[in-house]
Amino acid sequence: MKYPLIAAGLCAASMAAAEAPVLTVYAPDYFASEWGPGPGIEAGFEERCACDLQFITGDVLPRLLLEGERTEADAVIGLNTDVTLKARESGLFGTHGQDTSGLTLPIEWSDDVFLPFDWSYLSFVYDNTKLENPPTSFEALLEMPDDVKIVIQDPRSSISGLGLLLWVKSVYGDDAENAWTRLAPKILTVTKGWSEAYGMFTDGEADMVLSFTTSPAYHIIAEEDLTKSAAIFDEGHYVLVELAGKIATTDQPELADSFMEYVLSEEFQSMIPTSNWSYPAQLDAEKLPAQFLQLGTPEKAIFLSEQEANDVRDGALEEWRNALSQ
Amino acid sequence: MLTLERLEIVQDDFCLTADLSVPTGARVAVIGPSGAGKSTLLAAIAGFLKPGSGKILWDGVDLADLPPGERPLSLLFQDNNLFPHLSAAENVGLGLRSDLRLSSSQKEAVSNTLERVGLKGFGNRKPAALSGGQIARVALARMILRQKPLVLLDEPFGALGPALKGEMLTLLADLLDETGATLLMVSHDPDDAVRISSQTILVAEGIAHPPIDTATLFANPPDALKRYLG
Amino acid sequence: MAKRLVPIKPVYGLGAVSAALILLLTLGTLAAVVTRAEGVSALRPADWAALRFTLWQAFLSASLSVLLAVPVARALARRQFFGRSALVTLLGAPFILPVIVAVLGLLAVFGRSGILSTMLGWVGLPPVHIYGLHGVVLAHVFFNIPLATRLILQGWLAIPAERFRLAASLGFDNADIQRVLEWPMLRAVVPGIFMVIFLLCMTSFAVVLALGGGPKATTLELAIYQAFRFDFDLGKAALLAVIQFGLCAVVAVIAWRVATPAGMGAGLDRTVERWDTSNPVLRAQDFTVLVFAKLFLLTPLVVIFLKGAGAVWTLPDVVWWSAFRSVLVALGSAALAISLALSLALLAVKLGQKRTAGFVEGFGYLTIAASPLVVGTGLFIMIFPFARPSDLALPVTAIVNAAMSLPFALRALSPALRDIENDFGRLADSLGLSGWSRMRLLILPRMRRPLGFAAGLAAALSMGDLGVIALFADPESATLPLQMFRLMTAYRMGDAAGAALVLLALSLCLFWVFDRGGRVDADT
Repeated sequence: MKYPLIAAGLCAASMAAAEAPVLTVYAPDYFASEWGPGPGIEAGFEERCACDLQFITGDVLPRLLLEGERTEADAVIGLNTDVTLKARESGLFGTHGQDTSGLTLPIEWSDDVFLPFDWSYLSFVYDNTKLENPPTSFEALLEMPDDVKIVIQDPRSSISGLGLLLWVKSVYGDDAENAWTRLAPKILTVTKGWSEAYGMFTDGEADMVLSFTTSPAYHIIAEEDLTKSAAIFDEGHYVLVELAGKIATTDQPELADSFMEYVLSEEFQSMIPTSNWSYPAQLDAEKLPAQFLQLGTPEKAIFLSEQEANDVRDGALEEWRNALSQ
Repeated sequence: MLTLERLEIVQDDFCLTADLSVPTGARVAVIGPSGAGKSTLLAAIAGFLKPGSGKILWDGVDLADLPPGERPLSLLFQDNNLFPHLSAAENVGLGLRSDLRLSSSQKEAVSNTLERVGLKGFGNRKPAALSGGQIARVALARMILRQKPLVLLDEPFGALGPALKGEMLTLLADLLDETGATLLMVSHDPDDAVRISSQTILVAEGIAHPPIDTATLFANPPDALKRYLG
Repeated sequence: MAKRLVPIKPVYGLGAVSAALILLLTLGTLAAVVTRAEGVSALRPADWAALRFTLWQAFLSASLSVLLAVPVARALARRQFFGRSALVTLLGAPFILPVIVAVLGLLAVFGRSGILSTMLGWVGLPPVHIYGLHGVVLAHVFFNIPLATRLILQGWLAIPAERFRLAASLGFDNADIQRVLEWPMLRAVVPGIFMVIFLLCMTSFAVVLALGGGPKATTLELAIYQAFRFDFDLGKAALLAVIQFGLCAVVAVIAWRVATPAGMGAGLDRTVERWDTSNPVLRAQDFTVLVFAKLFLLTPLVVIFLKGAGAVWTLPDVVWWSAFRSVLVALGSAALAISLALSLALLAVKLGQKRTAGFVEGFGYLTIAASPLVVGTGLFIMIFPFARPSDLALPVTAIVNAAMSLPFALRALSPALRDIENDFGRLADSLGLSGWSRMRLLILPRMRRPLGFAAGLAAALSMGDLGVIALFADPESATLPLQMFRLMTAYRMGDAAGAALVLLALSLCLFWVFDRGGRVDADT
């Protein structure tokens, strides 16, 4: 008896889905996963749009570039600032059409193509029960004894790794290679991505890991674990911003526009802190979960525009390689 | 009638020629020194080797284009005559249908034939559970069921003891009496030749000689045969 | 040699189709990438450094894996003890583990806060430093000793028992047996095994990054990744992939020259009775070797078990669903790997003894040499004009995984098939057993052991492989390794450890079920 009912239910559901217009959004895998912000956003948006929001996951930009103008994407979410130049040059993106004057980013943002939806500061995360005197500046980090071990990510395969490269370059300029040389003995290893590095840290393999100032929020909120802290440096912290964008050739321009609008809505933005474990791009501080206020906050934000980042990237990479290959 | 017409079999630096015929219903032994090409001759007739030149005919029909399974003959090898993973009955059944999808009457034929060779009730056994003599009987049973007019035996009883071999040859003779098939049997034992066959093909020094009366042959052996008999 | 008259034509047709599919997956995908390249950029000094490091670490890893596997295989070949067959299966586990699980397991043993360092700390010694070339080699040895052991063990078991009986009757002692029987076997078997492992290590990527300690340890595969992900320079990626194929081709030719192909299908729970090894020194030696092998290979697994055991029961449902999906993909992949390998092996046997070796090795090496990134991207380029790639996520994953386990399946199946054709080919021909009947009544039943082994290996390898998810992933149909990654990126390291344990257990189960299924009641 039960099965026909279920089958009928399924039919009804798929018929509804077939009638509703589909908004296809490319997103990184973590974003749309069960534990990322994707499911909540999908439900929230579908409620207001009477449409079917479908996430397609994977490497967003490489995929988009391979597909070119024939892409079925209507919008993308989860691009990083390091790839916006390439994305912009592809000519695949239209303007997002949103007012960005109300953003709560620590940096100026006036891009009319890429719309920030969340951000965080890069930072070294440590266990405050084990590391007694955490560094308070990059200089102090470089001065730490060599038996304090750090895991970082490879700038050639990871966005946070690349962020660190640009951070060091911004702080040290021409002296960056020397800074890397001084950091090198403390670098336990360089991983392909963030997960491996963070796994090594939580397994107790490393004393510090390159992560985000917002990482401790996960441990505080989800695990009620107060032992993880992010070191705050006087020189300032590099900001990583995640972006959404509308595809110029979309066949659902209105839906894509309303999705852009939704991205900056309070509903969307308040989902970000506890699902993406980062700061929302447009949400007043008092609306953040209380625990976020316990997080260390840098005095100064460092950020390279896509052009600046592009100009220094290859040189900085070479310095990094030289210093760490000694 | 089996006719080998100016047949030439070339294998690397080995060459065997044959120009002979075997009348229907004859029982012919094939003897000769080891390495002379007895098995090679049978392999060519059975279709495993492509002759360099010449023809193999059965009742005037050229067999050249027929694959081994479709030639009008049954062949028993020195060993590996049964598939070890199939039961005796299945091995016999392959003689009726190579896909083993047997009708109930065919299954009955299989068990009757097994009974005929003295293996009643052995149908479910696999070869590992059969003796050497029983294995030979299963192979003979399959040969009967295939009902091919020509039977090629490549020393299938070579590994059996004298008494058992005698038993097999007797059974074989009886079966041939029933079916009227033509027999070509390789042997290195002149007694076998005398025992079962009226005629003998001597294979020696690159030539398969036309069959002659077995008694005559042994009474007055040519040089090649003399050297072989010692 | 006079030609056989009996073709089994449809089967050879399938072989040709399989060969075409493999070529499409390896060289075809590369060609597809090339069509989208915008010029070729020159290699940088860093790329050359990567090339040198790639070759050097692969050489060291392969040499050590083989050297260490020889005593282990010897001990397994000449000792019979309780649980030997289970041990052989379990020792194979590292080879089928997903890289990231294995790395975290290894670190728990050899890392700074690992078991070994902790024990050294008790006696006042500094912790071991695993990161660097030696760490990479250690991990590669961990992954590949099981493979090397299994292949060399096969070589040992292929020495007929009669030889050892003859040797015993001639009063040979252990040294004589080594000289007369074992060295020639190793000489024949080892070069091929060395080359397979060399190639596997050459295309390794995540291990090298995690344990390499820094950019000194950069492989070609990382350079390819960088070209794709960061530079989106398809020309460069293709160029690097061509270099990788070129190197593999050179290696394959060398291997073909010095190696005789080794089979690896037959029963491994058999020991040959030996009369030369009862000497207590040899006993002690084998005992020690096996203890160390067990410690080295099984401790990380135990750690994975302990870390994950607590979380398994509280894993979210989606993890179990993805486990179910992964098992389906693994089964599909195993079926496909078997069909590909079987049809190729049939074709190879048809090509004749002399060419079989080159053919089988060639196709095997081709799939190992293919960069997963290039395969994934190439497939994407080929599929995109016709279908939604994410709709095909699971089938594509199954196909790519099948291709990746092809070299091992081929090595298991083709010698067995050759034996069947040698022993029963003529009988089957004379009975007119051809086509599907021949497959059903002769080949499949007689190949149960190697088929079971190959299917088990293919299924297990498929379980742990992330395949081509970067471009094909579909959020609704994640496989277990992908789900594990998702848990990690969502900070849920505990759940990820639970998922890793499920993955390990399922991989081992699949392998065991197939391998065992092939052996039970096999009349061979």
